[in-house]
Amino acid sequence: MLKVLKSGLYLTIQDLGRFGHRDIGVPISGAMDVESVKKANLLLENDENDAVLEITMTGPTLQFEEPSYICLSGAHISATLNNEPIENYKVVKVEKGDILSYGRLEAGFRGYLAIKEGFQSEKLLNSRSQFYPVTKKSRVKDGVEIPYNKTEDYQPKISEVKIEEHFDRKTLHVYKGPEFSLLSDGQLTEIFTKHFTVSKENNRMAYQLSELIAGHSHSMLTSGTLPGTIQLTPAGRLIILMKDGQTTGGYPRILQLSEESISILAQKKYGDELKFKLV
Amino acid sequence: MKSYPISIKPFGERAVLVEWPMEVSESILADILDFMDAFKELEIPGWEMSVAYNSLTMVYNQDHIDFEATKKMVLECHEKQAKSKTKRIQHLWTLPVCYDLEFGMDIEETAKTLGLSPKELIKQHTSHQYVVYGIGFLPGFMYLGGLPSTLEIPRRAEPRLKVQKGSVGLAGKQTGIYPQDSPGGWNIIGNCPVDLFDPNKKDPCFVRVGDKIRFESISMAEYKLHKIEGEVGIYEPEKVVLNA
Repeated sequence: MLKVLKSGLYLTIQDLGRFGHRDIGVPISGAMDVESVKKANLLLENDENDAVLEITMTGPTLQFEEPSYICLSGAHISATLNNEPIENYKVVKVEKGDILSYGRLEAGFRGYLAIKEGFQSEKLLNSRSQFYPVTKKSRVKDGVEIPYNKTEDYQPKISEVKIEEHFDRKTLHVYKGPEFSLLSDGQLTEIFTKHFTVSKENNRMAYQLSELIAGHSHSMLTSGTLPGTIQLTPAGRLIILMKDGQTTGGYPRILQLSEESISILAQKKYGDELKFKLV
Repeated sequence: MKSYPISIKPFGERAVLVEWPMEVSESILADILDFMDAFKELEIPGWEMSVAYNSLTMVYNQDHIDFEATKKMVLECHEKQAKSKTKRIQHLWTLPVCYDLEFGMDIEETAKTLGLSPKELIKQHTSHQYVVYGIGFLPGFMYLGGLPSTLEIPRRAEPRLKVQKGSVGLAGKQTGIYPQDSPGGWNIIGNCPVDLFDPNKKDPCFVRVGDKIRFESISMAEYKLHKIEGEVGIYEPEKVVLNA
């Protein structure tokens, strides 16, 4: 078991997501920054879909109750194992009683803790990703114990890699969305020349941007949405749906983020700057 | 059966949006469902499809797709769909609703705005059948069409931070049930004791797009009984097959 002594700001268990239930309104969920999770699981020679912990901004304090091997990825949150700093993308052995804790957020917004063979929490609708009401809890709170398999001895093929992080990238790549043709020349110019910033309204469901563009009065029938769908509200607000975003929506879907750009956006926080580039 | 023209748009790296004429119509919905049946008969693994009114979102979970090839496949399937052998089963579900003031906190004000007595409002709400045009927004939330114009009322000026699970509401041309606690701006007229989404069941949501719903007024005592029956897993909402 992994004992959660302190959970930090927002701690969740995530795999790559819950597929095949969109038709009954269940969002995909899953890790926000898929790229970072896949790399950590790869280093541990896990299945890329094995469950990890997603840590948001303020890290937790965690105690391991069995030996295993871990790998951190994503945001740099000054992680220490028994008060010794540990780096991302490095396979590290943990012993019974070891304590992993976090400090200051240095770069990015969401960190990941992967463990050998993945966390073994309950699977619902074929995924361990936490999303209420599919899972009973929307996140991990203080005192919770998360199961994992004991691993005494393991020789990683590659124990450490240097990864070029994507935290500094400001440009998000977008495709035309289904309602792209509704945009006026003025709106297009604003979207592709302006610098936008992440507003306070940002979470696993959606990122709203602070700057408005010209609004519209187009009404449409509710239709499907995906992670990465950028909706434009009548008031001119851009809302980017993320992994826990609803499966349908009634605002024009003007743009669609590339999957790589979803991972980039997942590492942005309130006040961070970004711009759009059509591919 | 009449088949409608469709348009196919790219939707990111692994999805397409297929659109039928922009209307809320049972015959368009039937055409979409026929298309889905025909597509499922092709038995291509990895595709998931979800309907909302006049559109179908098709997502390929396994990989990125080639838009032109996908478009061709969808058009070919749409042309051949009349030959589909699948006989779709659609149900009419009777869902109980307790319109007691304890749940229907807006029923008196709503009735007044509509120029009806609460009793007349309940009579009208329970005497129509509603078509399920989509499931989305929240797990198990049904987009229902077919509300009589006499029950059309704007959303509340201020949304509530918490609307209780099971709440039955009216807003614009829509009526619906909140499948879980949620913020919401609908006018709440009652509560349905049936779980519309239960992830522990093999079939977490018993309703399908294309089914119909009717509401039946029940007393507080019946509400409590159905609630208990639901908790121990012995309550089944009443259904009849529509197209046997």
